[in-house]
Amino acid sequence: MTEIAFFPQGVIDQVSGRALMLHGDDIDTDRIIPARFLKCVSFEALGNQVFEDDRLELGGSHPFDLPVYQGASILIVNGNFGCGSSREHAPQALMRWGIRALIGESFAEIFYGNCLALGIPCATGSADQIEALQESVAAEPSLSWSLNIQSQQFQSSIGSWDLQVDSGPREMLLSGRWDATSQLLEHDAALKSVMASLPYLNNFVASVP
Amino acid sequence: MPGGSTQLFVGLHLIHEVTSPQAFSALQDKGLSVRCPELTVATVDHIVPTINQQNRPFADPLAEEMLSTLEQNCAKYGIALHGLGSGSQGIVHVIAPELGLTQPGMTVACGDSHTSTHGAFGSIAFGIGTSQVRDVLASQSLAMNKLKVRRIWVDGQLSCGVYAKDLILHVIRSLGVKAGVGYAYEFAGPAIEALSMEERMTLCNMAIEGGARCGYVNPDGVTFDYLQGRLHAPVADAWQQAVAWWSSLVSDENALFDDEVHFDAASIAPTVTWGITPAQGIAVDETVPTLDSLALSERPIAEEAYRYMDIEPGSAIEGLPVDVCFIGSCTNGRLSDLKAAAAIAKGRHVAKGIKAFVVPGSEKVARAAEAEGLDDLFRAAGYEWREPGCSMCLAMNPDRLDGRQISASSSNRNFKGRQGSSSGRTLLMSPAMVAAAAIAGQVTDVRTLLVKDCLPGKSQ
Repeated sequence: MTEIAFFPQGVIDQVSGRALMLHGDDIDTDRIIPARFLKCVSFEALGNQVFEDDRLELGGSHPFDLPVYQGASILIVNGNFGCGSSREHAPQALMRWGIRALIGESFAEIFYGNCLALGIPCATGSADQIEALQESVAAEPSLSWSLNIQSQQFQSSIGSWDLQVDSGPREMLLSGRWDATSQLLEHDAALKSVMASLPYLNNFVASVP
Repeated sequence: MPGGSTQLFVGLHLIHEVTSPQAFSALQDKGLSVRCPELTVATVDHIVPTINQQNRPFADPLAEEMLSTLEQNCAKYGIALHGLGSGSQGIVHVIAPELGLTQPGMTVACGDSHTSTHGAFGSIAFGIGTSQVRDVLASQSLAMNKLKVRRIWVDGQLSCGVYAKDLILHVIRSLGVKAGVGYAYEFAGPAIEALSMEERMTLCNMAIEGGARCGYVNPDGVTFDYLQGRLHAPVADAWQQAVAWWSSLVSDENALFDDEVHFDAASIAPTVTWGITPAQGIAVDETVPTLDSLALSERPIAEEAYRYMDIEPGSAIEGLPVDVCFIGSCTNGRLSDLKAAAAIAKGRHVAKGIKAFVVPGSEKVARAAEAEGLDDLFRAAGYEWREPGCSMCLAMNPDRLDGRQISASSSNRNFKGRQGSSSGRTLLMSPAMVAAAAIAGQVTDVRTLLVKDCLPGKSQ
């Protein structure tokens, strides 16, 4: 198994590959990965289960099932994608299916943070831009695209779109410091001083501010 | 922090069996330990059966593996686990408040989006993903961006038969499911001050359904009365100092907010969802919106909802037949919720062919309800009285819809497939409305069953 090596690592300055799209606002994380697949102590199997119920409902015509989109790595969505449950199983399932970047009108907050924690950028564009991109991808699924994190440009042979990658996440992806654990651990002295100052950790003996 | 975020100390980290196992594995892989096991509290709720739940191993080997993994991790790292039969097990967002763990001014994190519930105490409480659970385990802190604050001011008083659940469904219906992105919701005003702590928890619980990662209510006398005497609440001199500190946290009278919206509680009716997002709700006496009455941006999801729910635009929601009635969840599984439903069920009986069941939010809720005879009352009315857990809110345990069944549910999400059947349908409503639906076998205006209780001058 060499699969792990393909997961995002280190500096992420560009995501390239073919794209696929899902239409519709408010696609929640229950749809991305139904709750019954959360019964696992590792994320490994989730790639096959992504959008399971939507795919069953569409009987093979869901974008994640269509042969032309197999191997795509950039997912283009509409508004408030990833709303609802905080389950990181959702971006994990997308990542294990092969998604390495998302582009949409907007993303739910917890989902966005979960993606960043996995090194998956979520870029945003206007409704018009997203519609045009979705049409372009549908018209020519074999196109190769590239999302440049620094310039925030999404381009292919047919054109280029100026998107937004929020400055904070952009800096984290470009510096390779999107995995927060080690940075949080660097500031343990500051943490100790916060803990010493919090009334509720000191039986409220600290004076009232 | 890189990217301009702030390192936020987490005062209370709540964990459960579904979103923690991978976090513990990652911790071990990195050679790290749990930074503050004394500030970490565990329970098991999502996957537990609600019948004979202490029979181990569970019939479902995956569920058993999840619980035993949690038990092993808690034992290994010295984390308190409120396990099955301990007397204090239950839904994580029910037990932390009832044990007095959640207090004003705390930062509370949990790998569950309904962590917003704890904001009812004037804490900053929010859901996190598993990578962040790992980070909190390792460092007792998180990288967070500062949120904007939208004050949701509610004037007036809720009418008889209208509950906190109706209020929050009404707010979400009005503001939409994504208006809260980037915001914390501060709930304030006379109608909010009049709510009990359990009602405030229902309200804050569903802030996330409006897109707001956290919601909160300023702490006040209601908060302090609730906390006093609870297991982890401060006592004696410390209690006095705590109340002084908690009182100092309240938003200033002249505070400026990034946004403010106003509602009138008296104008809110019992509210029911008809679609596949929590914002697709209407008053029980309204009709399902027609396409042309909706904003252009709402039409595609409305069309999807008509199809999925098999509901005609323009039709009445009242009278819609239901198959299953579920009372429980972190939204509405507390004692006052059960009592509100019991007041409707008392002396009546569930309609023929309806499956109705009550899942108390915790072992403490169950024992308190049983002490008041609610278990017998519900059984006599044709309900099943179950053991505590998340149950059919998300159906990770054996409780689930079958095929195209429709549930009247006191839970928080009506997403497609949410209740365990990929084609199952959910109507969200208050526990009293669920009880009314159970009796009639269809969506019913609970106020018609409360006529005597709703006479002028009589509050609920």
